[in-house]
Amino acid sequence: MAFPDRIERTMDFAAPPEKVWAALTTAEGLSAWFGQEAGIDLRPGGTAWMRWDHGHTADMRVERVEEPTVFGFTWHISGLPDEDPRRTYVEFTLEPAGAGTRLTVVESGFAQLSQDAYDKAYDGNTQGWASELGELAAYLDAA
Amino acid sequence: MPTDAEAIAEQVFVALADPTRRAILATLAAEGPATATDLAARLPITRQAIAKHLALLAEAGLLTAEPGERRRVRYRLRSAPMQVAQQFLAALARDWDSPLEALKNHLDRSA
Repeated sequence: MAFPDRIERTMDFAAPPEKVWAALTTAEGLSAWFGQEAGIDLRPGGTAWMRWDHGHTADMRVERVEEPTVFGFTWHISGLPDEDPRRTYVEFTLEPAGAGTRLTVVESGFAQLSQDAYDKAYDGNTQGWASELGELAAYLDAA
Repeated sequence: MPTDAEAIAEQVFVALADPTRRAILATLAAEGPATATDLAARLPITRQAIAKHLALLAEAGLLTAEPGERRRVRYRLRSAPMQVAQQFLAALARDWDSPLEALKNHLDRSA
């Protein structure tokens, strides 16, 4: 495996699963440790977001909500253009560990390559700015 | 499929490992399509050396050659392979350790 497709971490917390769940799935919780501001519509298909003081924003789509054991969302792969459809999937799993919680986070999909991305990377059919600027020129000429 | 993604990314990283090729790609990214002659005028490299690197980059699919003015070949950067390479960089750049530490601190504080 030259490149990781998934990142996995496990961590134990003294807090019970209910508290960890609240930290992961509420705007108040997320903004206390992850983003500086956050919002969440906690249901599969709901949107969530986090914002940082330096201007970065993360937009998430809630995928799995099984209180208080599984919370999953997808988000944009950082560094790729905004219009790129590829997203990674982040899943938090909470298990009781004594009075506390064992939390596992798995983020997967870094090595995914959609057929579209594959075609674009291999054939020379990307016209890019040439065609877009050509379209703009045609549009302006027609106006 | 991941093997192919790796092959594409590897070509990008190999191309970027060479300072001359890095300079060529950076110039095309910053200033748009250019001929070998244009690049030779902008970079401290001989036209012959540039032509050799352009051929290699086009072969690797990182550039496309297209007809330019006065029957000169113009080279254009292809961003798609770069975006594949970027996915792998994203995995290396993703930091879960700091947020999880912050989560631990947050939960310990509110305990």
